[in-house]
Amino acid sequence: MAKSNAATKLTPLSPAAGKVAMKESQEIDRLIHEKVRLGIVSALAASGPLTFSALKTLLETSDGNVSVHTRKLEEAGYIKTDKGFEGRVPKTVYTITKAGRAALEKYLDHLEAIVGAMRPK
Amino acid sequence: MSAPRTVAISDHALEHLKYIRETMERSGSFTAVPGWGGVAMGVSALLAAGIAFQQSDTRAALVGWMWSALVAVVCGGIGIYRKTQSGDQSLYTAPGRQFFLSFCPPIVAGGLVTWALFQSGSYAPMAGLWLMLYGAGIVTAGAFSVRVVPIMGVCFMAIGALSFVFSPAWFNWFLAGGFGGLHIVFGLIIARRYGG
Repeated sequence: MAKSNAATKLTPLSPAAGKVAMKESQEIDRLIHEKVRLGIVSALAASGPLTFSALKTLLETSDGNVSVHTRKLEEAGYIKTDKGFEGRVPKTVYTITKAGRAALEKYLDHLEAIVGAMRPK
Repeated sequence: MSAPRTVAISDHALEHLKYIRETMERSGSFTAVPGWGGVAMGVSALLAAGIAFQQSDTRAALVGWMWSALVAVVCGGIGIYRKTQSGDQSLYTAPGRQFFLSFCPPIVAGGLVTWALFQSGSYAPMAGLWLMLYGAGIVTAGAFSVRVVPIMGVCFMAIGALSFVFSPAWFNWFLAGGFGGLHIVFGLIIARRYGG
């Protein structure tokens, strides 16, 4: 409730700025718009390859969530999965691909365009 | 009607930008903080407390606590090793090195001051000093780790500061509460939320 009240107190957008914001929001990549997937792509872009366990710890989420969302990102070609063993322990390492990095950059551009359209001129 | 809707989209965009920035910052964290290792450290501290309470001599009790610190180092080391084996970032990565190097200076300082105080027979400030410097090490190292770690450090520092207010005769209680209680509580939180 408080949030919607705060929103209505802001200065209304000009029609042109509103159109830009709406257009950008419609063009957003829905695949990485989801919070866990966005977290995975952001973490991999910032730190390089990360293990399943490290991703789970960083994002403070469950095994199932990491599994499901990394699989979706892998299917889209945004991340690469390497499965192997360290000693006898199975180890899964994820790496962001060029397509994944490009998708994140494009997503950031869209967000910035939306925020930019909102900024008072 | 259309203006408030667009404002909500912008709020959402800002929220996502903030989330991306925070995730990127966190991705440089040392994640192999041992939860169960912390619990083991706490249990060893409680065992040490049991022995220390039976000592009539303060010096003997403090020596007992120092032996327990060695056991705790082994427990923590095994905990970190086991966690890195499950895939968390090891001490050899950049965040791991930063974590370790930030943790060490207050601990080395604590060791040197302990030696000096033992030489002069000044045992009264020892418990508070150990808790404060151990807490300071965890706070500084925690800047390179997950959120709960610096919070744990602050709690150690608070118990250490509190111990200076009370009579030195209570030192065993403060050491047991800090090295025993806090390690067990935060160890369980870490194990539950950050996997082991």
